Amino acid sequence: MNLRRTMLFMPGNNPGMLQNGGVFGADAIILDLEDAVAPQEKDAARLLVAQALKTIDYGTSEKVVRINPLDTFARKDIPAIVPCCPDAILVPKVESPEDIQEVARLVAVAEKPGQAQVKLIALLETPRGIAEAYQIATADKRVVALAFGAEDYTASLGAKRTKEGTEIFTARTIVVNSAAAAGIQSIDTPFTDVNDREGLVADTQLAKQLGFKGKLTINPRQIDDIHNVFNPTAQDINWAERIIKAIRKAETEGAGVASLDGKMVDAPIVARAELILYLARLLGLAEEA
Amino acid sequence: MNKLTNAIGRDLPESIEGYGKVRPFVGAFATLPDMPRQAPKVKRALPGEQKLVEDIETVFKRIPIKDGMTLSFHHHLRNGDGVVNLVLAVAAKLGLKNLTVAVSSVFPVHAPLVEYVKNGVVVGLDTNYMSGPVAQAVSNGLFPRPVVMRTHGGRARAIECGQLKIDVAFIAAPAADDYGNVNGVEGPAACGSLGYAIPDAQYADHVVAITDHMMPYPLSPISIPQTRVDYVVKVDCIGDPKGIVSGTTKITRDPVGLKIAETTAKVIKAAGLLKDDFSFQTGAGGASLAAAYYVRQMMEEAGVTGSFALGGITGYMVEMLEAGLFRKLIDVQSFDLDAVRSIAANPKHLEVGADFYASPFNMGAAVNKLDVVVLGATEIDTAFNVNVVTGSDGVVMGGSGGHSDAAAGAKMTIIVANLLRGRLPIIKGKVLTATTPGETVDVLVTERGIAVNPNRTDLYEKFKVAGLPLKTVQELQELAEKMAGRPESITTGEKIVAVVEYRDGTVIDVVRQAK
Amino acid sequence: MIELKPAQAGTLESNDIMITMAPGAQGSGVVIDLESIVLAQYGPAIKQTIAAVVAEQNVTDIYIKAVDRGALDCTIQARTLTALARTGVISPKELI
Repeated sequence: MNLRRTMLFMPGNNPGMLQNGGVFGADAIILDLEDAVAPQEKDAARLLVAQALKTIDYGTSEKVVRINPLDTFARKDIPAIVPCCPDAILVPKVESPEDIQEVARLVAVAEKPGQAQVKLIALLETPRGIAEAYQIATADKRVVALAFGAEDYTASLGAKRTKEGTEIFTARTIVVNSAAAAGIQSIDTPFTDVNDREGLVADTQLAKQLGFKGKLTINPRQIDDIHNVFNPTAQDINWAERIIKAIRKAETEGAGVASLDGKMVDAPIVARAELILYLARLLGLAEEA
Repeated sequence: MNKLTNAIGRDLPESIEGYGKVRPFVGAFATLPDMPRQAPKVKRALPGEQKLVEDIETVFKRIPIKDGMTLSFHHHLRNGDGVVNLVLAVAAKLGLKNLTVAVSSVFPVHAPLVEYVKNGVVVGLDTNYMSGPVAQAVSNGLFPRPVVMRTHGGRARAIECGQLKIDVAFIAAPAADDYGNVNGVEGPAACGSLGYAIPDAQYADHVVAITDHMMPYPLSPISIPQTRVDYVVKVDCIGDPKGIVSGTTKITRDPVGLKIAETTAKVIKAAGLLKDDFSFQTGAGGASLAAAYYVRQMMEEAGVTGSFALGGITGYMVEMLEAGLFRKLIDVQSFDLDAVRSIAANPKHLEVGADFYASPFNMGAAVNKLDVVVLGATEIDTAFNVNVVTGSDGVVMGGSGGHSDAAAGAKMTIIVANLLRGRLPIIKGKVLTATTPGETVDVLVTERGIAVNPNRTDLYEKFKVAGLPLKTVQELQELAEKMAGRPESITTGEKIVAVVEYRDGTVIDVVRQAK
Repeated sequence: MIELKPAQAGTLESNDIMITMAPGAQGSGVVIDLESIVLAQYGPAIKQTIAAVVAEQNVTDIYIKAVDRGALDCTIQARTLTALARTGVISPKELI
């Protein structure tokens, strides 16, 4: 499963930013054809992003393109972008599994023979999208993550968007749960106040606690802080290593059950420990076993 | 005409018309001083004699200022300076010719100088930095003699050791008394440190203070003492305060520049230099200043107390002093009003002369005590030579200023630059105009990797252990050219329009006429 | 016969190139009028990149004014194609 701790939006009609997208160390770069591009420039952005995908080196960042919705320009975006081999397409304003299936069909037609399959990430930004989250998550095998967009969502609710986020709490947990039930990742909404570092860290900590695996990112300055929150801490790693040791000890001793610090270590705890160590090794925070 | 090749492989003529015999650069520390200091004639002032004269024209007549003299000025009023233009207007009015102007830096406000060159009032220019119409005119070959470009430390050395003989030093004085004491911290044109005026005042044959803010005798504090000042003139205005603070750059908001700055702070940490007594200087560019921001964060996290920050002092450095992150500030030029306020009020904020700051020929300038300096570049080559004199189009747009001095003195010299400036790769096979020699440049930090000078294997090892993104300078050049395409080389004319002297007075390169 | 119209693509922002096109009289050829902040270093390369895109679309008579602010090749190509599409020289379908 890809690391998607940060997914950095880049405006699709801005050459200066597109050519530097790979420099910031985000896990994924989102070349944006939708909200960042004025309606009269959609054609220009489409061609620019297509060229960028073909020629610009984004390093190890996953290359994602946010296309326009099906009811506007998606049918022009997909044939132009898909043959340029993005890793994934972020589909905005998804409201039903049929939306995803239609996008998947268009993508399949546009893929070149031999091209790696283009994945889909569904961006849920409306009450209907939230209501159908699980169906959307399971709509097609290409879907690898659900992302949540709170700005449009709260506008539809007619509620005020706040930093501490009570108004989006339920929608967030629905997204996390639906994604988890479908065996895919969940990505949280961006923190929009670029100057409020403390607020960003608090919001990201909440997202992690709820079970999100990453955050949509709107400014390169946010990347390090978000990574620091999602990365396993030294304490986490230490705990996980002790769990695995306890399990191994129980196995060699033939004991039926392992325990650590007086608590029973059962399968879900082991799974969590293994995930932490997997992440830690991937990030170079822990030695290989 | 025979040619010489200097120690960094630049071809130079043996002598240059309008300049003289060329002493080629042989190494950053290879040329030794071999002279005593020069000294101005001893004078006396009778009790009761008045120094205050009614206007600049009177000064010209009293001295008297003649054809062919060298007039000097400092640049602490930056692009708000009014004194150079005032003085040259008088020279022109009196029909003087063939003057040399030795001003520590030239700004767009000095555009009238172009006319004075055209009509023969001025034939020579001696400076450490140029921007604006004068720089353009120099590149177009307007001056009958090559411009002499020095470093800030080199200018002080040249004045003290006799290579730059100043007949009359005109000191723009934000505050003065009627006996010639001068400081830079009071008055409407307050500019802070008067560091670049200090050698001029000590060694010129005649010294004239020009002020718009007379204070009762005796002025205090005293930056330029009455004992060296011949005349005092009051004018309505010595400079525009808005133009004076135009020297400050803001910390860059460009995300790529910020990334470079953050990486720079990591480089400083990995070098093991971020500990108590840390000393630091940054250049004036936005990315260099941003490095100060990240260094500050690291210092705060690690609980480090630095010894001093040097420069080019901005309000940001003042904040660090006031927060106790540095024990002292050593200020040769105050860039903004916060720095002016601080130098006036805080005994831990020191004013120093250009000689103390950076001269190579004294018993130790402040740059020698630097741990780290963070500087910019218009170009850098695969031997780590840096160009800060000409832009990539061959037109003069800068000058060393303190660049070469700080690079020579600091334990670790870091150049920060975007790998591509617009479309132009910053790394060349050979820079168009060498200013700072590669042997004094240790690390290049770009947004796509860090290159370490091969002569610093110690740093390379430390950065490797710290997991920093290391590349060779050739790899970075190749990456840049892969992204942007290989640029065509600039061709220049034949005529030498400027001689670039290293801090020790040897010639490190020349600038030829732009096409 | 498609009615071609003058059109523009790109901006004057750093790293971009603004391309303005007008159909040329028959036989006038491909005329590229280039202004660039890196003219000395990349002038010929920029013209070549534009010309190659135009040639690939089989356009023979067109007037192109380009104001370049340090655009990389991929940007020049994208903006040229966009302008061509906007003039009507290529139908949007053919771009894909």
